[in-house]
Amino acid sequence: MKKKSKVVSYNKWGYIFLIPFVVVYLVFQMIPLVTTVYNSFFENYRSGLTQIGPNFVGLKNYVTIITNGDLPTYLVNTLIMWVMGFVPQIILSLLLGAWFTDPSLRLKGQAFFKTVIYMPNLIMASAFSMLFFTLFANTGPINSLLLQLGVIKEAYQFMSHVWSVRSLVAFMNCVMWFGNTTILLMAGMMGIDPSLFEAAQVDGATATQIFYKITLPLLRPILVFVMITSLIGGLQMFDVPQILTNGTGDPMRSSMTLIMYLNKHLFSKNYGLGGALSVFMFIITGILSLIVFKFTASDKVEKKRSKNKA
Amino acid sequence: MKRKILGVLLSTTMVAGMIAGCGGNSAAPAAEAPATEEAASEETAAEETTEDTASEDAASEETTEDTASEDAAAEETTEVAADEGKVLNVYAWNEEFKSRLTDHYPGYEEVDATHGKIGDVDVVWNITPSDDNAYQNNLDETLLKQADAAADDKIDLFLVEADYALKYVDTDYTMPLADLGITDADLADQYSYTQSIVTDSNGKLKGSSWQACSAGLIYNREAAKEVLGTDDPDEVQAAVSDWSKYVETAKKVQEAGYTMCSVNDTYRVYSNNVSGKWVQDGKLVIDDNLMNWVNDSMELVEAKAENTYDLWGDDWAKGKTPDGKIFCYFGPAWFFNFCLDADQEGTIANQGGWGYCVGPQSYFWGGTWICAATGTDNASLVKDIILTMTTDKAVLKDIAQKDADCVNSKTVLAELASDDSGNLELLGGQNPYQQLAEGAEKIDLSNLSAYDQGCNEEFQNAEKNYFEGNATPEEALDMFKKAVMEKYPEVTVD
Repeated sequence: MKKKSKVVSYNKWGYIFLIPFVVVYLVFQMIPLVTTVYNSFFENYRSGLTQIGPNFVGLKNYVTIITNGDLPTYLVNTLIMWVMGFVPQIILSLLLGAWFTDPSLRLKGQAFFKTVIYMPNLIMASAFSMLFFTLFANTGPINSLLLQLGVIKEAYQFMSHVWSVRSLVAFMNCVMWFGNTTILLMAGMMGIDPSLFEAAQVDGATATQIFYKITLPLLRPILVFVMITSLIGGLQMFDVPQILTNGTGDPMRSSMTLIMYLNKHLFSKNYGLGGALSVFMFIITGILSLIVFKFTASDKVEKKRSKNKA
Repeated sequence: MKRKILGVLLSTTMVAGMIAGCGGNSAAPAAEAPATEEAASEETAAEETTEDTASEDAASEETTEDTASEDAAAEETTEVAADEGKVLNVYAWNEEFKSRLTDHYPGYEEVDATHGKIGDVDVVWNITPSDDNAYQNNLDETLLKQADAAADDKIDLFLVEADYALKYVDTDYTMPLADLGITDADLADQYSYTQSIVTDSNGKLKGSSWQACSAGLIYNREAAKEVLGTDDPDEVQAAVSDWSKYVETAKKVQEAGYTMCSVNDTYRVYSNNVSGKWVQDGKLVIDDNLMNWVNDSMELVEAKAENTYDLWGDDWAKGKTPDGKIFCYFGPAWFFNFCLDADQEGTIANQGGWGYCVGPQSYFWGGTWICAATGTDNASLVKDIILTMTTDKAVLKDIAQKDADCVNSKTVLAELASDDSGNLELLGGQNPYQQLAEGAEKIDLSNLSAYDQGCNEEFQNAEKNYFEGNATPEEALDMFKKAVMEKYPEVTVD
């Protein structure tokens, strides 16, 4: 009898110590999620200091968002800027990760460089984009430099051209996050059994072959993790373009991301439309993550099959 | 057994800590607590009761405070009543009013960057920049909670700008000046436009300003000599007296290697001279004069005579130094003092290199109004600040001479215009008060609406795309309409 009660009481402790997580999850995740969906069915905004609503309007907010056709434009903007930043970022990180983990290179001062590449991530994104805003202003240092070197004859208006703004955003995101990605990929690479590398070397594989045939395939789970987190982070891109373009997303809103669009609705505290937009974003993020997930699941099946064959 | 006691203790602290962290308003964790441990629920119960009494106290304080302030107002005393609140909360978007109060309000002592003292009342400054609407967001949230706030946390004074004055004035959150004991006779010397802007739909005056912000063209004397052969205000005025002459001059300016100004500088001149409000019968109306701005500006941008820099940006600010090669800025009197960096070595203002003339059309820009928040617990102090800062002629004259501001008093401006006391160093000794006073009389604010700030901002943003060649005129207008719909869901656009 005594023994039994002891077991039960241990179980109880388990639940008790789970409470903080559950409460935090409920308060900061579940309740906001549910209220967002709930809010999306109401007309609810503020005009000046006058509150309008909440009046139940059914699916009107969803219809508004679908019919005005802005959502796909801003989704495409977001994805373009994400891809432009992510591709160089992952290449850079793989390269650096491979170099850092390669024992035959015997790199010196690794700890120093690992710290340095992580540094940009420590700066606030808004401060970073404020810096770029000043650097690339029409009369800013970059333009003065280019003018004095004779590369250009007239100041280039970085903020007035679609691709220069997008490139700046992508570049900033890349610089800010490649350190983080490198650290993650390095952790993955160091988890690979060194005997595999040694075996490959004994078999006469070149460094390139080792990278493509051993490192990359075994790194896949980490790569997928990096992909998904970066994708979700990319869809939520906000501070960098917001500050860089002063919240306008100009030229012609070509650098306006989904969250910047959401932010526009919060000027009038428009929780109805904002909620509906958030629900759409939730669905989009879900679908995109699912695609990436599916992609990996099928890969695992393939691997198992090939193992069975062997 | 000991271990069990330790466990109970630990989990109790954990749960109690969580509840304390969540504050008194989250009912969910408080309800969970009794289910886990008795001790925890006892603790929360105790917490709740103390909180209850505290809020009751605040409520009772509130009522006494209200009656106190009413009494004080009825007595019309200028002395700070002894039974009033000890904290004066002031909301502002920049340091301007703070420096005015520091320099000109008798008895104000500065404590640190955000605190001051008047007698034994603490003045607490809450300064939020107006960028991206941050000032108004902050003010809105606090005003909406005003009724439930503790007496010392209530806003007492807040400042508004012309662009959105109506948003606050036309609500009960702003106190009529008459309720403070300020009479029309006190304000008789002010320009009428400064009062019409802060008069609500029931005809009650709810704010007061120390500035009359008639504005004009502030030109670079050096550039004027080079381009027009003279820096005399009258002759420069003749060269820019209407928009067609202005465009002509701008092209000459461009040939001489200067840039006239930014398209955003001239925007207010056009937008102040519109024939109707932005929103009429719930519908967005784009005035013809704004389209004139678009067309004139496009012509000058194409001729490279004007740039498209955003106001207040680094690029735009370069014109304050001779190297910036800017011919002029458009601005009112506060612009002289506040934006031209006169005390900075190497600026044009520092060398007294600016001149002032009325420009193509007279207009006004900005200005700061002092409003009293309903529910203030410092009514007589608020009244005294408003009276001293906006009607006391000695103080106003002092402000004009020390800060080069165009003050809101007909007699003081007339005095300043009549002799050398109004000469401004940064204008090379020119006395602009004659023109400023004339301009202030001409200002007509009948076309102002609560939508001005959002609409003006978005219109300039959208048209920038057109000026820079990223959009056709129609696309830019569509972009503008879209932005207005986002900001003001109740407004219809076609």
